[in-house]
Amino acid sequence: MDTAPLHAPDAVRPAGWHGVVADWSSDQRSFKGASWGKVMMWIFLLSDTFIFGCFLLSYMSVRMSTTVPWPNPSEVFALEIAGTNFPLILIAIMTFVLISSSGTMAMAVNCAYRRDRGKTTALMLLTAVFGATFVGMQAFEWSKLIHEGVRPWENPWGAPQFGAAFFTITGFHGTHVTIGVIMLLIVARKVWRGDFDHERPGGLTGRRGRYEMVEIAGLYWHFVDLVWVFIFALFYLW
Amino acid sequence: MGELAHGAGGQIPAAEVPEMELPHPHGWWSTYVFSQDAKVIGIQYALTALAIGMVALVLSWLMRLQLGFPDTFTFIDPQAYYQFITMHGMIMVVYLLTALFLGGFGNYLIPLMLGARDMVFPFVNMLSFWVYLLAVLVLVASFFVPGGPTGAGWTLYPPQAILSGTPGRDWGIVLMLLSLCLFIAGFTMGGLNYVVTVLQARTRGMTLMRMPLTVWGIFTATVMALLAFPALFVGAVMLLLDRLLGTSFFMPTLVEMGQQLRYGGGSPILFQHLFWFFGHPEVYIVALPAFGIVSDLISTHARRNIFGYRMMVWAIVIIGALSFVVWAHHMYVSGMHPWFGFFFATTTLIIAIPTAIKVYNWLLTLWRGNIHLNVPMLFALGFIVTFVNGGLTGLFLGNVVVDVPLSDTMFVVAHFHMVMGVAPVMVIFGGIYHWYPKMTGRMLDDTMGKIHFWVTFLGAYAIFFPMHYLGLLGVPRRYHTIGETSFVPASAADLNAFISVVALVVGAAQMLFLFNLLWSLRHGRESGPNPWRATTLEWQTPETPPGHGNWGKELPVVHRWAYDYAVPGAPEDFVPQNEALPPPAHVAKGEATA
Repeated sequence: MDTAPLHAPDAVRPAGWHGVVADWSSDQRSFKGASWGKVMMWIFLLSDTFIFGCFLLSYMSVRMSTTVPWPNPSEVFALEIAGTNFPLILIAIMTFVLISSSGTMAMAVNCAYRRDRGKTTALMLLTAVFGATFVGMQAFEWSKLIHEGVRPWENPWGAPQFGAAFFTITGFHGTHVTIGVIMLLIVARKVWRGDFDHERPGGLTGRRGRYEMVEIAGLYWHFVDLVWVFIFALFYLW
Repeated sequence: MGELAHGAGGQIPAAEVPEMELPHPHGWWSTYVFSQDAKVIGIQYALTALAIGMVALVLSWLMRLQLGFPDTFTFIDPQAYYQFITMHGMIMVVYLLTALFLGGFGNYLIPLMLGARDMVFPFVNMLSFWVYLLAVLVLVASFFVPGGPTGAGWTLYPPQAILSGTPGRDWGIVLMLLSLCLFIAGFTMGGLNYVVTVLQARTRGMTLMRMPLTVWGIFTATVMALLAFPALFVGAVMLLLDRLLGTSFFMPTLVEMGQQLRYGGGSPILFQHLFWFFGHPEVYIVALPAFGIVSDLISTHARRNIFGYRMMVWAIVIIGALSFVVWAHHMYVSGMHPWFGFFFATTTLIIAIPTAIKVYNWLLTLWRGNIHLNVPMLFALGFIVTFVNGGLTGLFLGNVVVDVPLSDTMFVVAHFHMVMGVAPVMVIFGGIYHWYPKMTGRMLDDTMGKIHFWVTFLGAYAIFFPMHYLGLLGVPRRYHTIGETSFVPASAADLNAFISVVALVVGAAQMLFLFNLLWSLRHGRESGPNPWRATTLEWQTPETPPGHGNWGKELPVVHRWAYDYAVPGAPEDFVPQNEALPPPAHVAKGEATA
């Protein structure tokens, strides 16, 4: 069972860096306060950081090495609403929605640890709705660009790597968001059914459910949001 | 010796790791096939890796037949030759060595050596193996599709990897890239398990600095793999898009057969950077587990504590970290700026320092040891020799000015086969001879083992030593036929024929090894729980082979480091890790202490 670790009630651990050194030179656990699931998610996210890092570095590399002009993001990603041209308006809304979803996720984690099933479920569903809205708007953006003639191999305005990098990286990120939404829905259902109150075993793993799963799902969700900030900065603002 | 430094003192702390929820198998299928037990998964990984490794071995025979006896085997045309090279390289590096060290040895040994009941996420661990198997099957499938497997060379460099002149351009390259992505996904599932198990599920008393070096090697290599494989994954995805969708990440403007292709503006060098940002750490992903395992083999079979344990640990960690900043030494001839070459040559040569520390420590462990020349020890010694040998030629190739003329010659082939082919394979064999008794309860046959070792070891030298010379002559690598050149003398052909004959013999010796694996399963001598009289926890299990959950009712408690051999005053010449400190010699003999 990988619940929060046992601790001797009278255990005293040194503070600050001394505590870190003491933990790492001790037996059994190197991260004394963290469960297995949480450590696993952190390490996975570290690995995933390298994936997005490689994607973004590759994008920067092809963008800098191409001799053809790069399409101007303020024009490409502009929307015409009621006759006025708004640069980056859709992306601004998408970013706002995704960042808001991080807020609702954090509130859901808080409620989960208070064992407030109703509020937790509602907030997780709200987070999932925000995520789905984000993916929906992304689909809208994709179809708009495709209508305007952007393809992974060409576009009307300049370097063909624009479409290639754009579809690959936002697609990969959108896939992450979609997986996150599915994960949120699954965990929300477990919360709603009270699986975590009764420590009901999971269908695949047979491990007992815990409210910490809300937090672990949250870690993933915040990571996906953070990645979006970098994509936003490097794709739309550069 | 070491017991005071690393073993004694301190109370055994209270349990911080709660009892593990183990999935219990019901019946044959969930015990042996869809098993969530790390020991079974480890054996499944190892057998799959050995099976696909056999394919790569046969491919190397075919290549040698062509090189040794050109114009004799007409079915090996240039296209097929390139396909053999590509598949041989990729299978050996990724699907055999990586999978066998991390998936095989890692799964089997990490929980046992740490005193855990299993990996922390058994279900994910099982999934890891099945995704790996799927990756292998996809790879094998490329032999049977129209056009055959890709012939792009194991580095898969674009643009040639996806141009129509390259064999396997239609299906082979697609399946190869898909298979790599699957492999990475599967490995990530397993890798997270290994890392979290080492960090968070050790038994009481098992501090990081008491772990056997085997675990340190596998742990560090796994962390590296989790950070290095993403680069390959990204490179593979983008190359796949270049091939299937016609994007131009890596593809410059090209004219093919008089026609301009639709590609344009991409950067082939970018792929090389991504590939080698994975590819160089990959060398150490394979080497570090070998370092760790060989340390344990040497210490156990020389009955000596490992010399400089702390230095050995730090050397592993430092090598792991440095290996991320040397990748461009594979790209000296790619046209990059010479100043970069200077930087990467410097970092490359710095790696020699921690590596040399390890080699000296192995030698000092052997120094005045009670060396048992049994089969695992022979392979461990064979590793040290071949590894030092390959490492020394690495110093040549790490320097830009020496590398440029030697690049793309047989010298490079000889170098990397010595250092990351033969040397790690020696450790794999040594490890299998060493731990087979724990896996099966029976010893592998000694005579067959010794024949296997001597043929393999001497054969490896007979194959790869002359190859250095061929490289110095200027014989290029990856050539189907050399033909007539002014600088390669006719005698090079004789040497090539000699190498080929030896390669066939060495390959045959591996059949003897496989036979030994099967034969000893029934007819091997019973080993008992601890045939090598070793200290580490996996030899102290209540059952051999260890049962479900490894430890019976009570988890072991660790009192000391893993290397208490020949401790003065101890009743035996080894003290297992889970044994409380023996009374000092004068107490044991009944002398007055007051």
